[in-house]
Amino acid sequence: MNILKITVFTVVLSILAGMAQAQDAKTIRIATEGAFPPWNSVDASGESVGFDIDVGVALCARANLKCEFVTQAWDGIIPALTVGKYDAIMAGMSITEKRKQVISFSEPYALTSNYFVVSKAVDLPTMESASKLDLTTETDASKRVLADLKENLKGRSIGVQGSTNAEVFVRDYFGDAVEVRSYDKQDSLNLDLVAGRIDGGLADFSVWKAFLESNDGDSAQLYGPRISGGVFGPGVGIGLRKDDAVLTEKFNGAIQAISEDGTLKAISLKWFGADLVTR
Amino acid sequence: MEWHLIFDVLPLLLDGALLTIQLTAASVLLGLIIALPLSLMRASGSTGLSRPVLLYTFAFRGTPLLVQIFLIYYGASQIEWIRTSFVWSVLREPWWCALIAFSLNHAAYTTEILRGGIRAVPRGEIEAAKALGMSYALRTRRIVLPVAFRLSLPAYANEVVLMLKASSLASTITMMELTGTARKIVAQTFSPYEVFISAALIYLGITFVVVHLFGRLERGITSHQGRARAENDNRKNIPPSEGYAIGKVSR
Repeated sequence: MNILKITVFTVVLSILAGMAQAQDAKTIRIATEGAFPPWNSVDASGESVGFDIDVGVALCARANLKCEFVTQAWDGIIPALTVGKYDAIMAGMSITEKRKQVISFSEPYALTSNYFVVSKAVDLPTMESASKLDLTTETDASKRVLADLKENLKGRSIGVQGSTNAEVFVRDYFGDAVEVRSYDKQDSLNLDLVAGRIDGGLADFSVWKAFLESNDGDSAQLYGPRISGGVFGPGVGIGLRKDDAVLTEKFNGAIQAISEDGTLKAISLKWFGADLVTR
Repeated sequence: MEWHLIFDVLPLLLDGALLTIQLTAASVLLGLIIALPLSLMRASGSTGLSRPVLLYTFAFRGTPLLVQIFLIYYGASQIEWIRTSFVWSVLREPWWCALIAFSLNHAAYTTEILRGGIRAVPRGEIEAAKALGMSYALRTRRIVLPVAFRLSLPAYANEVVLMLKASSLASTITMMELTGTARKIVAQTFSPYEVFISAALIYLGITFVVVHLFGRLERGITSHQGRARAENDNRKNIPPSEGYAIGKVSR
């Protein structure tokens, strides 16, 4: 009898405690994939680490939110957000129109940063690699950089991965000046770049980073400015539920703040070895 | 589904279709040139001649064409001495790699088709040629090959159509032929249904022409057989006009 009483008492207590915890809605749960380094990955001790996580921690600190990261497979990452398993997604997710139909996004916290990589065996005029080319705003300076780039690459063969924005960009902007080769996989492109079948390629920086750090990557180097905006889309944002305007507002304010004080840039340098955040 | 899109993209696919036709035609021609001597070797009684050819056809018919393309394209680029030799100026170009893979593959199948035809040439005709004192070269040229060609033509036509469709694999090594171009347009328009229907229509059109040409060729080289049959019929003493006359009466 006594044992039963104690058991019931304990169960009721724990349910009450659980309800209390659920009502304490200050903890924001952020989902990440944990399998897309350097954006996000899981380290040996099972902790999520990466660019997304560091940015998330910095944002939550700025917005006075209590946050925790959970890992979720990429396939179901959007549906699980809409049903409320967590409150936000930070998983290197690009802002696209299609995704916008289901969820909303914060302002971008990283840009889609495409670079040309050329074989070192190819003799090209030197170009400022640290410069930035934003296709969204057409200024005289950006038009000049674009024209220079086109002139320097004239007659060269450039590889791109098929069905990507990089392919669209090269065909639209340089289609009449360079020979475009479309590959089914980035790996195949890298092989041909090393073999010398193509003079260069265009892809996202995080894709190039892995290649350039490999042994084969010794024979190639980044060339020209970082290209973002325009056909490449606005960038990578935090995925949020459409009805969660309050959280969206808080994150947007925090992104603004950490990008202004240089925190965001520092995190980008730490994980990518390059500035993929400053416009 | 936007029906007009099927016709809108047709002109955009034409460049790709031209490359498809070019690749197929070159591969078929080169393949036939390779297959001709090989099929004679294969059909000859000598083990020393037929075994190496069997090894070749076995290897190329026993592995997927896609694997062969990758081996020639990506495989060759991995080997240092190939990249530094004069061969590289050919293997560097995807067009040549595709042509080499296609014609070797096509030649392997054609060799076996022709061998079948050569083996099916009636013994009596060869013996008759021998009795007339024809040399090997002469009877091969005048008796064996013409008969063998006629016998293997239907199977060969089939193989040419297969080659046309297999040429779509060139898109995997950056060749923007018909399928590759279609895929590129799909990526831009997000309407796979219409664009691929359009590409399929072009393939159907090319296949129709190929099949039609082979049909005419077949009728052309077998017309004497038709005449022979007609003469046989005449010998049965049925006046050709009789059928017509009966029809007239019954009306």
